[in-house]
Amino acid sequence: MDRRKSIKTLLIGGVATTMLAEACVQTDNKKAEDKAGAEGAAAGTINRMKEEQENEKELKSKTFFSSHEMATITVLGDIIIPKDDTSGSASDAKVPDFIEFIVKDMPQHQTPLRGGLRWLDLESLKRFDKGFVDLNHDQQIRIVDDIAYPEIEYKENGRTVKKGHVKPGMEQGVAFFSLIRDLVATGFYTSEIGVKDVGYIGNVPNQWNGVPMDVLKQYNIAYSEKELKECVSFDKT
Amino acid sequence: MGDQIQVKKQSKQYDAVIVGSGAGGGMAAYVLANAGLKVCLLEAGPMFDPKTDSNQLKNPWESPRRGASTKFRPFGDFDGCYWGWEIDGEPYTQAPGSNWEWWRARMLGGRTNHWGRISLRFGQKDFKRRSIDGLGDDWPIGYENIKPYYDKIDQLLGVFGTNEGLDNDPDGIFLPPPKPRLHELFIKKAAGSVGVPVIPSRLSILTKAINKERGQCFFCAQCGRSCKVYGDFSASSCLVIPALRTGNIDLVTNAMAREVLTNNEGQATGVSYISKDDLQEYQVSGRSVILAASACESARLMLNSKSNRHPNGLANSSDVVGRYLHDSTGADMGGIIPELFDRKRYNEDGVGGMHVYSPWWLDNKKLDFPRGYHIEYGGGFGMPLYGFNWGIEELNGRFRIKGKDKQPGGYGISLKEDYRFFFGSHVGMAGRGEAIARKENRCEIDPKVVDKYGIPVLKFDTRHSEYEIKQAKHMKETFAEILHAMGAVTTWGDDDGPQNNYGLHNPGNIIHEAGTVRMGSDPRGSALNEYSQAHECKNLFCVDGGPFVSQADKNITWTILALSMRTSEHIVDEMKKRNI
Repeated sequence: MDRRKSIKTLLIGGVATTMLAEACVQTDNKKAEDKAGAEGAAAGTINRMKEEQENEKELKSKTFFSSHEMATITVLGDIIIPKDDTSGSASDAKVPDFIEFIVKDMPQHQTPLRGGLRWLDLESLKRFDKGFVDLNHDQQIRIVDDIAYPEIEYKENGRTVKKGHVKPGMEQGVAFFSLIRDLVATGFYTSEIGVKDVGYIGNVPNQWNGVPMDVLKQYNIAYSEKELKECVSFDKT
Repeated sequence: MGDQIQVKKQSKQYDAVIVGSGAGGGMAAYVLANAGLKVCLLEAGPMFDPKTDSNQLKNPWESPRRGASTKFRPFGDFDGCYWGWEIDGEPYTQAPGSNWEWWRARMLGGRTNHWGRISLRFGQKDFKRRSIDGLGDDWPIGYENIKPYYDKIDQLLGVFGTNEGLDNDPDGIFLPPPKPRLHELFIKKAAGSVGVPVIPSRLSILTKAINKERGQCFFCAQCGRSCKVYGDFSASSCLVIPALRTGNIDLVTNAMAREVLTNNEGQATGVSYISKDDLQEYQVSGRSVILAASACESARLMLNSKSNRHPNGLANSSDVVGRYLHDSTGADMGGIIPELFDRKRYNEDGVGGMHVYSPWWLDNKKLDFPRGYHIEYGGGFGMPLYGFNWGIEELNGRFRIKGKDKQPGGYGISLKEDYRFFFGSHVGMAGRGEAIARKENRCEIDPKVVDKYGIPVLKFDTRHSEYEIKQAKHMKETFAEILHAMGAVTTWGDDDGPQNNYGLHNPGNIIHEAGTVRMGSDPRGSALNEYSQAHECKNLFCVDGGPFVSQADKNITWTILALSMRTSEHIVDEMKKRNI
């Protein structure tokens, strides 16, 4: 969200107040002061205590993935989240950079990803005599099709239902692909492009006036008289 | 090695030295400073002013980890609370079989930077539980003693809710609540159909302005990050920062209290602390000492303050300090509402937390466990953060998407469609109930372990009883019933059973620690009198969760505030009368 825009919305909305605008200006000043110091620059725009700043600096000073691994992550990311009519691709949203950071922050992801990427290259080598990034798109998809659909199990009316089928020998590939799909999806939908795509439109000053009328109607539901009487409401004029 | 340790003694004599700046300490500082008393307020963490320091309105991509949690911020990168389950260099230990989880906030405002602003009064029954079910103990006071203080803090700090005339959930002086969100309307209907009442929640958030110092809520749903316009209650924004303007408080941040100092008569004379800034040792003197460091930290301080007059720790010849430690019970379940798939998008952030909740509604005489629980609800269009859309195979392999059956998992344009399809259809419920305060559940000083400041640390020894486990089982059954009634399909928390105590959280995990310095009329079974004043040290007080005899099925902050205000007014009176 553009913060300036949000302040504008706030003022137009008539919601209390100059206080938020004031607070934001103060934060801006503080940010400017922080930027003067090298540590502040490393900390970015988020409030950090001293120990967090040191941790962040240390994480950012390291590199985990090799350039070959990053190239593979980028190709896989764009297979999982390609560009479509609504939004861009995983690499447009800089998802590979997010994955590089998050494995340093959450070391439990390191071995499954490194080993999974190697598994993928070996599978590519076995089938097509080349590493995954050097395959043509059709070849890549032939491997992905074998690892993109895990088996699931759930209970329905007391009985266990199983869905999906994994080819014998592909289990480790499936586990790896499920993890990288989760990381790519979470990285994409928490990016500016992804938030817009999925349609989260909050995080702005607002006046909550209840569920919109057309939505209430759609679900055949209504506020009680008690609720309408006792809850806070705002004039939408 | 030329550095020698020196103790720097401050010559200034304060009326009160307060340890901790959260709800209890913040309120004490506010009342005392406004009464003209001179206060030294020690806080173990740094300064924090929500106006300049809050992460409110940051977008997920402004965090390199997209809001994921770290040990520094267990509730996520944007959360308002510094530290949590572990602090570098400040360990705690467990007796075999014990698994207490200890939350520690280190910053101005303490744990009020973390909580969900749920602000519930205890009811008349909550002070007299032993008389009702024979378990635990009655408080030395009743609802009538606390009501005037609840009334005052409702008006001073602001809380929304509705007067429902319920038996054990007292009415208050409320601001109007926000209207329920869509999933909350679904919950209300479904829960009502199975006999679980759902009423507007009671949160200390300003849906209307109450004074010129604090702004009105603008519905960003981010109270957990702390509020730049002071639109919700935090001890920093609503108590300490305004109280600093009296000029009567010397606030010392990064001051880790080591010991309460006493004289030959056994009276408190001040507090010694180590400064985390310069690692020097300091002493401050006061006519009174008020502990508000959290139930367990206050007990730790008392146990670490041994002297000839107090050989078992300060004011502890009863040996109750550290005992009767208890937390709220907790168990949770979640699901997805197929009717809400592919929802129309709009901004439904609302306030930071649920707009409706369920107070305890049953009669324990007809149940196999004592004490009740309330239910908190979640769901809807939340801000996407780390973990968002995790495990899509569990959904897209199970539910038809726009009329199509799909294989679990997948990739590509079809997958993007699935993520959009399920957004905003999740719902969750959390039971938070009352555990029995038992003497055996305790924290004590570990004789072998110190923290990096050389202060002996706490060792925990706590266990759930059958009562708490049966309560969790009941929670789970209730949640499943409500979810089923609303046409939801459970997606997590539905495979618990006797093997894991029905998903009952470890004690401490709900972050409502209480009971370690309990009050009572009999000095043999309590550390404090009804004014939270130590029986054996008249100028020592404790105003956090420590004095609680029992903690009800209600979050304890509002009662910490009310009790602290009552104690603080008592201190002002006693000082006027020269009794302290």
